[in-house]
Amino acid sequence: MTDLIRLTDVEKTYTRGKEKIAIFERLSMRIEQGDFLALMGPSGSGKTTLLNLLGGTDRATRGTIEFDGKRIDKLSEGQLTNWRAQNVGFIFQFYNLMPILTAAQNVELPLLLTNLSPKKRRENVATALNIVGLSDRARHKPREMSGGQQQRVAIARAIVADPKLLLCDEPTGDLDRTTADEVLGTLQLLNRDLGKTIVMVTHDAAAAKFAKRTLHLDKGHFVASELAA
Amino acid sequence: MASLFKQISAVTSMNVRSIPQRAAMSIASVVAVALAISVLLFFLALGHGLSQTVQGSGANDVAIVLRDGAGAELNSVVTRDQLNIIAQAPGVVRRGQAPIISGELLVIVDGNKRSTNTNANMPFRGIGPEGLSLRHNVHIVQGRMFRPGTNEIVVGAGLLREFSGFEFGRTIRLRGTTWQVVGVFEAPGTVFDSELWADVAVTQSLFNRPNVYQTMRVQMTSPAAVQTLKRFVHDDPRLQLQVLSEREYYAQQASQSTGQFTIIAWFLGVVMAIGALAGALNTMYASVAARSAEIATLRIIGFSGYAAFFGTMVEALMLSALGGVLGLVISFIAFNGRSTSTLSSGFTQLVFRFELSPGIIVSAIIVAVIIGLFGGFLPGIRAARVRPQLELAAQ
Repeated sequence: MTDLIRLTDVEKTYTRGKEKIAIFERLSMRIEQGDFLALMGPSGSGKTTLLNLLGGTDRATRGTIEFDGKRIDKLSEGQLTNWRAQNVGFIFQFYNLMPILTAAQNVELPLLLTNLSPKKRRENVATALNIVGLSDRARHKPREMSGGQQQRVAIARAIVADPKLLLCDEPTGDLDRTTADEVLGTLQLLNRDLGKTIVMVTHDAAAAKFAKRTLHLDKGHFVASELAA
Repeated sequence: MASLFKQISAVTSMNVRSIPQRAAMSIASVVAVALAISVLLFFLALGHGLSQTVQGSGANDVAIVLRDGAGAELNSVVTRDQLNIIAQAPGVVRRGQAPIISGELLVIVDGNKRSTNTNANMPFRGIGPEGLSLRHNVHIVQGRMFRPGTNEIVVGAGLLREFSGFEFGRTIRLRGTTWQVVGVFEAPGTVFDSELWADVAVTQSLFNRPNVYQTMRVQMTSPAAVQTLKRFVHDDPRLQLQVLSEREYYAQQASQSTGQFTIIAWFLGVVMAIGALAGALNTMYASVAARSAEIATLRIIGFSGYAAFFGTMVEALMLSALGGVLGLVISFIAFNGRSTSTLSSGFTQLVFRFELSPGIIVSAIIVAVIIGLFGGFLPGIRAARVRPQLELAAQ
């Protein structure tokens, strides 16, 4: 398997007043294409910061971040925004759907950043909603759907532009066990059948079991690694 | 670029469609702009209506003769001898052998203002036999013109609207003398519409001003002939008088009276616009704060900061434009075309109508757009600076 992501000697520090707070010091890691990685760790361990660095929504203080062999840490803000639009799908704990838009309109949002025709966009939206099993909910607004359905709409939005990488920030943190398992099953399906590389931050050990491997972070260091049974 | 337009369109659409979620603040902002625009329009329409009325009173080919240095009719004196000399001047139009001139005397009488039921000064003008023909677009609309040598008066329709006691057919007492109202004339959009007219000889006699006029109106053969009359008067040492075309005279009067209204209009308009701007800024900052998670989400997905900026700007502009339109509607309903009166430069009441011109409407729209632009700019920058980070999206 080839590496999709490679972090080398990454440092991330924040400045609070005169104080410098180091989140990562010389952090290195590799994520292979097609991996499904769960990131676990206590609050403040750096999970979300790592997700921000992987998704190009934050910048490392030092070190290199490569995606598909190309360095993204050198990209300008605008280039990084475009890169994100083309390569990364995001799934959030609270779904982050636009309440005023229907499911289909929410899913279409990333396609507005492409040059696809309206017809092609509608086709892609229909395909994405079909993959998550919500074709019949296309015209519903978020408030008219359950939490699980909203998260599946969010998954459809994340995959509609066909990105290689899906980044999930506590995707089941707001769901009951049964619904959470359905959502995680959908993620597993996307990883297994569509080859999406997934990095998922979670506090939930049961959720992590859906991943191929789990990395435990503590105070900015990987302290343990597990492979799925 | 096409993608940027799609982004801006999508963000704007979301912003605008979510306005009902911030209804109270948005309505407050719209109302603040509407009030600012209404106040601005009130004074501009007042000034414009007054200016139109005063300026509309003047013809280019009618000369008005006043005492040299007199700023207005009430300060002026023209003697009968001077009137007779000017009657012989070149360029004066004649009907047969008789020059078309009118020696006039303006006196002040008391009237009763309908809206406040208080006394007000009315202009009572004695005019010569040619006085009516010297005023274009003046028509008797009820009754008839007064007969020379009698105590008869005709009254302007504008004066009748605003003041009571001069209704057609009434007998009234002025300065101890009885007068009969025998006609009503219309002189729309002119100062004459708010005057009482009577025969000048009777007026001189009953108001104890024998052989004295205050002004003289002269029908000239052309606008150029007014210049000839000016030279004629200048070259004759017996005539310490000044000659102006009617249009020049009323333009001078208008600039004195309407200039103040224009200054008040813009002063109050700008002060209120600043207030409305503060309201718009508040609303837009609140809007950005309320949507910060949405903006962060869109930025994470790949939407640019420009989309967030322009989306906010367009929302501010729309609210402001809505306020501007509401202000215009209020102005049209509340006062456009309404008749009012004010104290003129002659210390008498002048009746005129509020008048919203296309220029004034455009000014108001520009002010509303400026409020929107400034009201949206800084919040737009804040929206554009929302970091595309997961922590912000999770708020």
